[in-house]
Amino acid sequence: MRGAYLILGATSAIARATARELARQGYHLTLAGRDMDELQRDAADIRLRFSVEVEVKPFDAEDFAGHAAFLNGVVDDGGELDGVVLAFGYLGEQTRASQEFAESLAIIQRNYTGAISILNLCAEYLAARGRGTMIAISSVAGDRGRQSNYIYGSAKGGLTIYLEGLRNAMFHRGVHVMTVKPGFVDTAMTYGLSGMFLVATPQAVARRILKARDKGVNTLYAPWFWRWIMLIIRHVPETIFKRLKM
Amino acid sequence: MSGQLTKKLSGWGRYPVAVCHTLRPERYAELGSNSESSIARGQGRAYGDAALNTERQVVLTERLGRLRSFDAQSGVLRAEAGLTMQQLIDFSLPQGWFPSVTPGTQFVSLGGCVAADVHGKNHHHDGAFSTSVMGFELIDADGGRRWCSREENFDAFAATVGGMGLTGIIGEVELQMRRVESAYIQATHHAADNLHAAFELFEQHYDATYSVAWIDLQARGAAQGRSVVMLGEHAPLERLSAAQQQSPFAIKARANRRVPFEMPGWLLNPLTIGAFNQLYYRIEGRRRTPFIIDYRKFFYPLDALSDWNRLYGRRGFLQYQCVVPRDGAQQALSELLTTLAESRHPAFLGVLKKMGKTGEGLLSFPLEGYTLALDLPFSGDALLQLLQRFDAIVSNAGGRVYLAKDARLDSEMFRAMYPGVEPFIQSKGVLDPDGRFSSDLSRRLELG
Ligand SMILES: Cc1cc2nc3c(=O)[nH]c(=O)nc-3n(C[C@H](O)[C@H](O)[C@H](O)COP(=O)(O)OP(=O)(O)OC[C@H]3O[C@@H](n4cnc5c(N)ncnc54)[C@H](O)[C@@H]3O)c2cc1C
Ligand SMILES: NC(=O)c1ccc[n+]([C@@H]2O[C@H](COP(=O)([O-])OP(=O)(O)OC[C@H]3O[C@@H](n4cnc5c(N)ncnc54)[C@H](OP(=O)(O)O)[C@@H]3O)[C@@H](O)[C@H]2O)c1
Repeated sequence: MRGAYLILGATSAIARATARELARQGYHLTLAGRDMDELQRDAADIRLRFSVEVEVKPFDAEDFAGHAAFLNGVVDDGGELDGVVLAFGYLGEQTRASQEFAESLAIIQRNYTGAISILNLCAEYLAARGRGTMIAISSVAGDRGRQSNYIYGSAKGGLTIYLEGLRNAMFHRGVHVMTVKPGFVDTAMTYGLSGMFLVATPQAVARRILKARDKGVNTLYAPWFWRWIMLIIRHVPETIFKRLKM
Repeated sequence: MSGQLTKKLSGWGRYPVAVCHTLRPERYAELGSNSESSIARGQGRAYGDAALNTERQVVLTERLGRLRSFDAQSGVLRAEAGLTMQQLIDFSLPQGWFPSVTPGTQFVSLGGCVAADVHGKNHHHDGAFSTSVMGFELIDADGGRRWCSREENFDAFAATVGGMGLTGIIGEVELQMRRVESAYIQATHHAADNLHAAFELFEQHYDATYSVAWIDLQARGAAQGRSVVMLGEHAPLERLSAAQQQSPFAIKARANRRVPFEMPGWLLNPLTIGAFNQLYYRIEGRRRTPFIIDYRKFFYPLDALSDWNRLYGRRGFLQYQCVVPRDGAQQALSELLTTLAESRHPAFLGVLKKMGKTGEGLLSFPLEGYTLALDLPFSGDALLQLLQRFDAIVSNAGGRVYLAKDARLDSEMFRAMYPGVEPFIQSKGVLDPDGRFSSDLSRRLELG
């Protein structure tokens, strides 16, 4: 019998696909997020298709004070956790964010601060059991700041560095931490955005995530070629980079 | 709500092509909140312009296809309308349940099946898709929800089944499935030398659960209507081989081939097709002893070749599907085939089928008689004029043209063919008072 996974931001398209792949492997799930109606719909679908137990819990990344009680509730009702998938995030609007701090703050809280608040707790929980997996979705946008999304990018970049440190710390305590850096994925976040290319399906990304987890991968670019695209982008000298319109 | 993506869309026939503003909600509550004009779109398998809305909104349902509930005792299943027939079968068949009615491809959404009130090879016994629909949730332009069934909001039910998406967005569908013992079909083929013989075979084998005929459109004169009549039954366990009986619902994954790019238009020409048809008639027409095949080969032969519509090249193709009442059907369809032959317009695929009683949908296509479907490469005005001559023949015989396949019927002819238009427009006025659900098809047919 498999254990359970907690999915944070479970209504994200990538999370939905990942949850189904986990359920296919027999894991029980807790789906957490703000939109309870959607979570109930996903839960019902997953139960029917995969005959696993699925719990649904309200979770707001920005409600830091509630995170500890939330995690206790997850374990009380859904059983001990084998792993956590963090998928919530918020792209926001760069132009608005650079003019209205409230938008900047929302981007930072939903991608960075909120993630740290809940991941600190999850890490302690798993480390106390001496095993488990943490999978967190950052972004290629965090690899280098660009004019089109640097507030989002800096929050994701912060998350990436946090995850590096967490991986280092958790390695010694039996917990594996995997950073996922998607390129462009075909989800509600990106639908209709201009300048999209090489777009991957959420299902393809989810399958990659679980394969990489089994291999103990540390940082996963999904799809794989983004590793090479970002390698090039990161190595463009700043004197040139700052002139580009990206 | 996610963004809006403007792109070129077409139906399965790739004619016409329209620039539309697409929305693709990923949350159920986002369905319905829309603009001055929008139309739902499932898998885009309608051939013509039913799911097109030029320079206006198209709401894609493909991300909203979750199962809601299933009772493995009674076979009642409820799901969001974006669920495809293939996803439905993959879920229900291993538990011994099959859709009560299925069209000739499994790449359709449940919403599309309700909106076109699709028919299957069992129409002569079981009616159209709507007979298996227990109810559905209809979402209006402001996001208001209405459960429609035979008990509740029946007017809305009757206007929506076959209503081509014009009464609102179908959000969820509840279906009665059919119990089956295996994933296999026991099929029998009969060769018919001409149209008359094909009709006789249909009448003679009325009891067969499934029946359909493939017509060789190259056969002329006395051989006009030469065809292979195909019959099928869900195979009971005892008809299966020992290996199949071991796991009656496990069938081999199917090799999927794909047409990699648009083929040159001349590839499908009377010579290549004529040769194929001859061969097919000779080989398939001989299989008179019952044989066992898996359900995909029986119901969805074309699904094995993805994107086969590209075979018709850049200009695309039209499918002309009509039904004519039983009395006079043979004469009318023969006249239609003669008109086609005389026109020398190429026509490749031809399918003939006996249909049963008219259903509840105000604009549903089926009526008791015979239906004929022809795939015709698009050739411009010559084809459009030919089809108008077909319309006259069909309408004179008291028949009608199938809107899910249509891209060119005119509004006057449409009104002559569909007596349910007036009550439909009345119901639409109640369900969509501001006329915010419309499509290229609805403007062409003056349905609002
Ligand atoms: C190879 C092939 C074989 C076929 N065989 C048959 C057959 O045997 N019998 C038959 O009857 N048909 C057949 N069809 C036609 C097909 O079944 C219908 O056109 C069906 O409607 C397609 O479903 P879809 O999800 O692709 O709908 P679309 O093509 O996307 O839309 C079709 C219509 O349904 C409406 N619609 C779709 N979803 C919704 C929704 N959620 N709410 C409200 N309206 C909605 C659209 O507005 C549009 O008017 C065949 C088509 C192909 C390509
Ligand atoms: N799509 C891409 O191209 C792409 C590329 C790189 C990285 N990513 C990252 O991949 C992850 C998944 O994104 P997606 O593309 O699947 O986008 P999505 O469908 O828009 O999902 C974003 C999710 O974040 C959740 N969320 C936002 N604010 C929240 C909050 N305060 N508390 C809890 N949940 C919150 C939303 O859930 P509710 O609103 O239901 O609560 C939503 O499910 C994100 O972290 C995103 O940054 C995506």
